[in-house]
Amino acid sequence: MDRELLLGDEAIAQAAIDAGLSGVYAYPGTPSTEITEYIQARTDDKATHNRWCTNEKTAMEAALGMSFAGKRALVCMKHVGMNVAADCFVNAGVTGVHGGLVVVAADDPSMHSSQNEQDSRFYGDFSLIPMLEPSNQQEAYDMAYGAFKLSETTGEPVLMRIVTRLAHSRAGVARQSAQPQKPLSFGEDPKQFILLPGIARRRYRALLDKQPTFVRLSEESPYNQYIDGTNKTRGIVACGIAFNYLMESYPDGCEYPVLKIGQYPLPVKQLKQLTDSCDEILVLEDGQPFVERLIKGYLGQGIRVRGRLDGTLPTDGELNPDKVARVVGKENPAYFAASPLVEMRPPALCEGCGHRDVYTVLTEILKQEYPTHKVFSDIGCYTLGANAPFHAIHSCVDMGASITMAKGAADAGLYPAVAVIGDSTFTHSGMTGLLDCVNADADVTIIISDNETTAMTGGQDSAGTGRIEAICAGIGVAPEHIRTIVPLRKNYDAMREIIREELAYHGVSVIIPRRECIQTLKRKKKNV
Amino acid sequence: MKTDIILAGVGGQGILSIATVIGQAALRKGFYMKQAEVHGMSQRGGDVQSNLRISDRPIASDLIPTGKCDLILSLEPMEALRYLPYLNENGWLITNETTFVNIDNYPEADEVYAAIKTIQHHVLLNADALAKEAGSVRAANIVLLGATIPFLGIDDATMQAAVRDIFARKGEEIVTLNLRALAAGKAISEQRI
Ligand SMILES: Cc1ncc(C[n+]2csc(CCOP(=O)(O)OP(=O)(O)O)c2C)c(N)n1
Repeated sequence: MDRELLLGDEAIAQAAIDAGLSGVYAYPGTPSTEITEYIQARTDDKATHNRWCTNEKTAMEAALGMSFAGKRALVCMKHVGMNVAADCFVNAGVTGVHGGLVVVAADDPSMHSSQNEQDSRFYGDFSLIPMLEPSNQQEAYDMAYGAFKLSETTGEPVLMRIVTRLAHSRAGVARQSAQPQKPLSFGEDPKQFILLPGIARRRYRALLDKQPTFVRLSEESPYNQYIDGTNKTRGIVACGIAFNYLMESYPDGCEYPVLKIGQYPLPVKQLKQLTDSCDEILVLEDGQPFVERLIKGYLGQGIRVRGRLDGTLPTDGELNPDKVARVVGKENPAYFAASPLVEMRPPALCEGCGHRDVYTVLTEILKQEYPTHKVFSDIGCYTLGANAPFHAIHSCVDMGASITMAKGAADAGLYPAVAVIGDSTFTHSGMTGLLDCVNADADVTIIISDNETTAMTGGQDSAGTGRIEAICAGIGVAPEHIRTIVPLRKNYDAMREIIREELAYHGVSVIIPRRECIQTLKRKKKNV
Repeated sequence: MKTDIILAGVGGQGILSIATVIGQAALRKGFYMKQAEVHGMSQRGGDVQSNLRISDRPIASDLIPTGKCDLILSLEPMEALRYLPYLNENGWLITNETTFVNIDNYPEADEVYAAIKTIQHHVLLNADALAKEAGSVRAANIVLLGATIPFLGIDDATMQAAVRDIFARKGEEIVTLNLRALAAGKAISEQRI
């Protein structure tokens, strides 16, 4: 058997390499990170761009640039990264592409390691571009392999939407033949990428005119399959991984007609066939009720549709084989009750982590000397400062929001307004907020807890390593209020002094506690 | 042939190293396999699990349904109990007895052991001690893996070959040590059948 055991993420990565990829552009984010890491391990950056980008927007834009130049580019991000990349992503639908451009958005229903459950298919729909959603690792490979061509023939970026369970599950995958990279070339229309209103209107019209073609492609796609069943009391639409959960309940074939969906926009022909022949439609999709809403319509008059919206399935949380089994009347019995002894075991900051020292000293001072303080934190390992024993933070919203929320609260009269942000998050989206603070001379104390890596997602290179002070000074923070310290127990007195001084200062101050992440340090020592 | 396994433990204990060996063995047999892992947040000392499914027929779901798991293999006793509703009627629960206490409200160890012993098909073993006897505490995961052999649906020889494959690049001494650890775990389970 010529199959390799690959994670869904790795299958996509291998497919992109085999399809003649010239560059992957990405910022880490669970569950998408392994796509780029796999490509990094197997290509040379000189031949195939594979370095991490500063954020998802720079990634999306650079990839569009590579497509402009005729080569095949891949962009990868977690679902919330789509919000950051959205400006370019949506506009890329209007410019269209030249070289194949594939965007992978990895959604995280159930929020295993995310702030929300947003469903990226809404972005694809919003941008009016073709979308792919694999049900298994082999499909993930085949779809990604073909997606570059699909992008080139439709002239549009292709969005590939995956979910955690596919991204982080391993199965056997067979590969297709490797293609060479595309040569440098440029499109025929010199104005294609100039979105001045006059040109944008023309291109948008052209995008709208392509929609029937996209529907036809979906109807002809091998990834959209009508599988007939004998029991027509119900027809089932199963999108992406939901198809597997359904088949788990029907190892020898489903009694109901099933429309398996893997390519969007929805195939009208097969959908009509299903609705015409069945009494009601059950929609199974992981994430938000995207397809269900489309079929049902806002007023819900017409076809009877079951799914998350009518309470047939829970409205939140990822889909799983148990939820699907229950809906089709094949509930799986439990033979052993859950043990009352089992306690929650939440993740925690590692023993010896520098963020611990920062929070220990910071909370001691704030709780004793500034009972009215608020700490605006951000996204990263240091968000775990919300848990025992620190209970140190009052917010964690989106990357970079610590600095700007602290500014807004300070503008409203809060004192002291403290921000805690990691180095990678700072360069991702914190720098622009810092400029706002400097321009307004905001009364904020910003702590950039620098572990010289992107730790939360597994220790990827951090874009500003070695240059954080220079960046702050360049943005305009007064040099005497940029304070650096090594967060170690032996330095607690010096840390206390710096924190006290900068809290007392009414202006922008930046404190940079810097000590390498103990996990990356351990790995380095092991590899020596 | 179909074996559905839940691997359980605490982030950093190395459940994925066990999955790698079983995966290698399944590949040698030409079986289908799916293995869902948890990456990200939960690796920081939180609970972690992996669903490993092996079959001679194509496998649909990446996740094991309630009541369908044939084997819970846990590196930590309280973590073994977390997944009980997934265990099937005749399923086996195999767990290390060494507790990993990183929360204030960790239950009394004796109560945890008592709960494990209420499951008729259980193997509770001190993998750390057995690994030490075999040559290194670091082989504790392989002891536990050995304890699954009677229930795995993959024969002993294939498992040994998989251990050899995985550890080959670390030298013959490490291979022998791990084969001893594997045999020690298997012997414990055989006494329980
Ligand atoms: C827009 C967006 N992109 C990516 C992520 C995934 N993510 C969460 S934390 C993190 C890393 C943060 O690194 P850093 O700020 O250096 O903190 P550390 O974890 O190293 O302490 C990333 C990439 C996210 N949550 N949101």
